[in-house]
This record gives sequence, C-alpha cells and structure tokens, in this order.
Amino acid sequence: MTHYSISIRPFGVHALLIEWPNEVNEAVLENILQFENYLRTNHLGEDDWEMIPAYNSLTLIYRKAPINFTEFSEQLKAWYTQLEEASLPQRFIWRLPVCYDLELGIDLKSVSERLEKSVEEVVNLHTNHIYTVYGIGFLPGFMYLGGLPPSLELPRRAEPRLRVRKGSVGLAGKQTGIYPQESPGGWNIIGSCSVPMFDPKKEDPCFVSVGDKVQFYSITRAEYDLHKIEAEVGIYKLEKTMWNA
Amino acid sequence: MLKVLKSGLFTTIQDAGRFGYLNKGVPVAGFMDTASAHKVNQLLENTIDSAVMEITMTGPILEFDNPTFICIGGAKHSVALNNDYIENFKVYKVSPGDILSFGKLEKGFRSYLAIKNGFKTDVILGSRSMYAPVTPRSHLEDNQTIAYESCEVFSPKIDELKVDSFLDSKVLTVSKGPEYGLLDDRRLEVLFFQNFTIANENDRMAYQLVEHIVGHKVSMLTSATLPGTVQLTPSGKIMILMKDGQTTGGYPRIFQLSDKAISILAQKKFGDIISFRLV
Repeated sequence: MTHYSISIRPFGVHALLIEWPNEVNEAVLENILQFENYLRTNHLGEDDWEMIPAYNSLTLIYRKAPINFTEFSEQLKAWYTQLEEASLPQRFIWRLPVCYDLELGIDLKSVSERLEKSVEEVVNLHTNHIYTVYGIGFLPGFMYLGGLPPSLELPRRAEPRLRVRKGSVGLAGKQTGIYPQESPGGWNIIGSCSVPMFDPKKEDPCFVSVGDKVQFYSITRAEYDLHKIEAEVGIYKLEKTMWNA
Repeated sequence: MLKVLKSGLFTTIQDAGRFGYLNKGVPVAGFMDTASAHKVNQLLENTIDSAVMEITMTGPILEFDNPTFICIGGAKHSVALNNDYIENFKVYKVSPGDILSFGKLEKGFRSYLAIKNGFKTDVILGSRSMYAPVTPRSHLEDNQTIAYESCEVFSPKIDELKVDSFLDSKVLTVSKGPEYGLLDDRRLEVLFFQNFTIANENDRMAYQLVEHIVGHKVSMLTSATLPGTVQLTPSGKIMILMKDGQTTGGYPRIFQLSDKAISILAQKKFGDIISFRLV
C-alpha cells in the first residue's frame, strides 16, 4: 500500500497535527482514515484520545495529560510505517432526500439562470453525482463535500443572508452542502434536505462520518412534508449502503 | 430547585465540556475560566468538573427552595445573599427562600456559582454544558428552574481560599501553532512586543482583537481547530477561538494558548489589554 510522506507538528500541549500532501484527493483521505482506524484499534483506544480527520490532516488530542511531542511524534512515524492494507474502516454511501422546490430552494431559479441551465438540469446534475465527505465541522453536523461537477460551480452570494433555514442545501464555489442548523450564510440555496443532519437525541448525533459518501435524490413537496413530521418524532429512516465491503 | 428570577446578560450552566464528538463538529463547550470553576468546586468538595453556573458581566437574581451550600468565584461582582454582601472563594450556607443577587461587575468578566454536588440539569452527549443546538437553549432564561440536591449539613475543610487572582494578568502564554512558520520577523515583532485590545466581538465562541497585523495570502485546506487556537485571517485580523469555537477552520493557526491563558482571556472584556508570550 501507499505510504505518503507525512509531517507531524505540535498543536499546543494537548494535541498534534499529522499532515499528508496538500491536496484534495480520495486516496489521501483514505490513507488518513486507515491510519486513524489503525491507531484507534491498536494503540490509542482510550476514550481520552480524540481524532479529527479533515481533507489532508489528522489531529490527535489527548486531554488527560500533556503530550511529549518529540517522543510521541517518533512513535507515530514508526506506527505509520506499520500501517497495512487491512485497516480501513467500514464506510457508507448515504442517500439523502432533498426537495428541490422553488419555495425551499429559494435561489434555484436564479441559479438556473446564472448557469444557463433549466431547473431540471440543475437538479439532475446535483443528484447524479456522488460526493465525498472530506470533513465535518464549522457547525455540528456540517459536511464538507467534495466532488461537485464543475458545471455547477458558481460564486457564493454577494450578500450573505442573516438566516438560512435548517436543512437548506446550497452551492458555493467548488462546494455543496447542507446547513444542519439555522445559521447565517452566503451559499446559493437550491433545496432542502428532509432528514436532520444533526440530532443530539441520538447516541451518534451525526450519522455521517468523514470518508463516507453522499448522494442526493429528489423528493416531492408532499414527501418532504411527511419526512419533516417523521423527523420531529424521531422516526425518519435513512438509506445507506456499504461501499467498501 | 433554583429559580432564575432574572437571568442576566448571558448566564449558562457549564461543566468540563463535551468530549468525543469533535469529529462530528460538536465544540467542547464547558467552563471558559476553568481555573476559577475548579476552585469553587473544590471549596465545596465537589468533583472539580461538577456543573456550575457561568455568569457573564451582568449577573442573575436567583431564589433557592432547599438548603444547600454555595461558593462563588472568578470575576468580582458585588453579590448579595439576601441583604448581606458575600465574598469570592468562600463557602456560604443558603436556606429555603434565600435570594442571591449579582450586582455590579467590578473586575474580570465571568463569575462562577458552584453549588454543593453540582447543578443537575440534563446530561446531553455526555455533558451538561449549554450549547445550542446540542442543548435546547444557549443560555438560562427568566423564570427557569434548575435542579440541585438539598444538603443540610456540610463542614468544609477549608471554608475560604485566598486565591492568587489572575484578573490583572495581561500576558497570554502561547505555544507555536501548526502554521507558526508563516510569521516573518516583522509580524513576530508586532505579535510579541505590542499590546492588543479586546474587540467588541468577543463571546464563548471567539475573541477578536482590535489591532490587525500584516495579512497574508496563504490558502489552506480546512483542518481542526481547538479552544485556544489563534487564527490569522488574510486581512490580518487575529481571532482566538474559545470553548464554543468551531471544530474546524481554514485560517492559519499561528498560536495555541496554554490552558491557563484561556482562563485569563475568559476574564477579559471589550477594551481590555493583552499581550502574547511564547513558551
């Protein structure tokens, strides 16, 4: 298997940062997740270790005591050389329902005009692609998705909105994503996802993990309204398939 | 139950914070000034991470319905238990019907009210720390009630602590952040030899500073951020992430505050002066 040239840097006394080559690349992300899984399984199983993978980095945090950087970074490098093919975590493709209705997708019409495509074409392009989750952050449950087709790239709105509705699905630059909560934002809103991306009542408040994949599918307004009622009482069902079994 | 007669400006319940969900984008939250929160818990012989009330600038008015013991500390407010003023870092007995009123802020920014055995609000994702949308509310509201255990008898081993106050400390000790390397001599000189002023934009998520330094054109991929991470924006603005800060960011992380420095900064408000010192 590939072993990249990794760099390890201190990040305060309780954390350190491992970096892979500076690129948005599935192979790099996969290698990061393999290493995270390997560390978790073999060496750093304690709950006090937290690991944050994102794009080309893995941050390790140990809150119980200061980390001896020199010693520990040498140890990590040695562990990295032992990394084997087998240690890839299970990952999923999630199918997420989105209602691309003009009332919810408040910018859908202007997006279709700016891209010189019909609304239907925009929706088809957005739903035909499978996106990779490169990171989760910014807000609880917010996914950084990679893989937007270049034909859907368009700048964010000149004037950010003070309030974007929870569940809104947006486009901005090379990114697409879902607002997991109501928040200010400048993305172009093309629809709304009917399942909550963040639910603090669940043991795992965000079902998606970094490295998973996401595909959107179009639902009608009636289906959307029904899903919203189901979500309120916590009985929404999610469609997922394993993709690296 | 403790009844919140008036909630004050931004009063919350906090414990050590929420761990294990950073990879889902959930901030740690928890005590802003951990040093003071630990001390008030210790005086009551609570576990140090018991849930306390964090009081920001304008404090609440509270009514107790059961006997217990309390201790306040952190910022200096004028605080009255019924008609008597009480002091920081000293254990007091309260009786049913007693009213605790936080008055004028004299020094610092955040006070902590600890109660014997801690406040018993709901534990969500492993913590009682208030942070919306994890907890339904981001702060306490008027007329809300908060559960606590009744305690009739308690004789503290130490009932008053002469605390080495850091409210006057201006120096934040920092270590190098992952992108420290982008700072050239010109920027380093400004960062380590000048004072900075706390901007109006300061809250549990982040503190901004009034003075800017020379900006940069470094573009980096989104990566993890922590409480105490000092970010430098392209325009040269300095932002220090605090306990409710986002878990990932795309700005260079030039410094990382020490735990003590996070507590010191948590006691600063708009217009206060700080400086950085590298350890």
